[in-house]
Amino acid sequence: MIMAGRIVRLAERDRAQLHFLLDGEMRGALAGDTVLTAMLASGHALRKSEFGPDLRAGFCLMGACQDCWVWREEGSRLRACTTLIAEGMRLRTTPPEGWP
Amino acid sequence: MSEISSPRIVIVGAGPAGIRAAATLIEAGLHPVVIDEAQRAGGQIYRRAPAGFARTHEQLYGSEAAKARALHALFDRLAEEGRLTHCAPSSVIAVREGRLHVLGEGGVQVIGYDRLILATGASDRVAPVSGWQNAGVYSLGAAQIALKAQGVALGRRIVLIRSGPLLTLVGAQLVKAGTHVAAVLDTSPWRQQLRGFWGLAARPVVALRGLVLRARLGGRYHAGVTLERIEADETGVAALRWRDAGGREHLTPCDMIGMGWHLRAETHLADLVGCAFTRDEQWRQWLPKTDRMGRAGNGVYLAGDGVRLLGADGAEIAGRLAAAACLSDLGRPAPCASADLRRLARFERFASGLARAFPWPSQMVLTLPDEAIVCRCENVTAGAVREGADFGGGEANRVKSLSRVGMGRCQGRYCQLAAVELVAAQAGCTPEAVGRFRGQAPVRPAPIGAFLQKG
Repeated sequence: MIMAGRIVRLAERDRAQLHFLLDGEMRGALAGDTVLTAMLASGHALRKSEFGPDLRAGFCLMGACQDCWVWREEGSRLRACTTLIAEGMRLRTTPPEGWP
Repeated sequence: MSEISSPRIVIVGAGPAGIRAAATLIEAGLHPVVIDEAQRAGGQIYRRAPAGFARTHEQLYGSEAAKARALHALFDRLAEEGRLTHCAPSSVIAVREGRLHVLGEGGVQVIGYDRLILATGASDRVAPVSGWQNAGVYSLGAAQIALKAQGVALGRRIVLIRSGPLLTLVGAQLVKAGTHVAAVLDTSPWRQQLRGFWGLAARPVVALRGLVLRARLGGRYHAGVTLERIEADETGVAALRWRDAGGREHLTPCDMIGMGWHLRAETHLADLVGCAFTRDEQWRQWLPKTDRMGRAGNGVYLAGDGVRLLGADGAEIAGRLAAAACLSDLGRPAPCASADLRRLARFERFASGLARAFPWPSQMVLTLPDEAIVCRCENVTAGAVREGADFGGGEANRVKSLSRVGMGRCQGRYCQLAAVELVAAQAGCTPEAVGRFRGQAPVRPAPIGAFLQKG
């Protein structure tokens, strides 16, 4: 059972702090974090599988497995492991309404 | 600043092989285009952190720091001097009739080539374990990328499962970084590891370094284990159930599992461009066919782990050789290849030793229970794959259509090898007879919007 975030920061903790919105809630991150790192620093998963009850938190971290898809509030999809977090980014863990 | 050369040579991948290939072409007076998915060149093993990170090459790459620094500096200098065109971060998603379809931040563009050097590298070769679809299960490569490129561990209590050298390396790196590594479990028994000894002796320093790293793992390391099941709770991975070499049951609580069994060559583009493939029983996978220099025919050259799994040092050599072959085919003076070919032969002996010492866990795959998931993308089970084989016979692409295994968004990269062995066992034929999944463009998912022309 994970009480805080899934990941543990071991080094490079002196980077600038920034903020983003995840499912409408304000979260903190560090400049240079990938979206995956930023989301898992305070959460235990990125999204729910479309094909089963299991949660997903990424798998390969090199852009090959596509396990880490999340969405921008504007509607586009992104790969959390290869996208850097930016100040004010608005993300969601579920596809927007009407996403095919 | 030089112009893009005519003939136009495109290199896909900016890891050790791609960088060496580019440098060799530039020395001969050409100006290649280098397309790479990462923002900064280096590849996976010498992957760089984003701007603003402060750790040194020594902290990041340990004993390989000098090699990493040399490659990074070489590429950055060539890019800065305008002697190559660096197209990144961009993914080649299709190849057709001498044209690459390249997905970048601005959409899809088409880049033509006269000669193509594919240095697409490899990813972890993973085998399914019951419960591996849960959050907190990662590839071993992912654990290393997280540490190097982000300075993070992917869990608080980590178990690594696999066979092969990366297991020891990642284990030792995580321990050194101060993570709690609960267990490092190797599916290869000691007896099997000794069988690879003569091959491994071809690179004594590398083999010795591996043993030193393993010694650091101490009592965490267990050889010859059987993996039973990954247990999960509502937040993801909670424990791993396994048996040791003596058959005793263990339940190790953990919130992260890193898994992988050596490497799987990334061959989707080689497939689309029409390369022939052979089943390599040593690596239990299909690899594109080339000559010793990396020539695949039709102006295509392959280099690095995407064609022969020799690791980063072998990839640097293969990159130089592929570029030399390309130059000589263009009727230009090419650097002498004989010393590189001799070194490559030694690396191949070492790699054979590795393959023998740390084999793919066939037995584990074949005894997967029917309800275990084989395809993580779409949760296709072992039972569905077996049913597909019963219904459609022992042919990979028919089972793919029937069960959807290999049709998900990773396009079979992480399920194909296990799926094919399950099909072969069910149909009573060899994996070679089952064949491989046909590669399909786009080889990375691409949003429809990327294809729409602006304006």
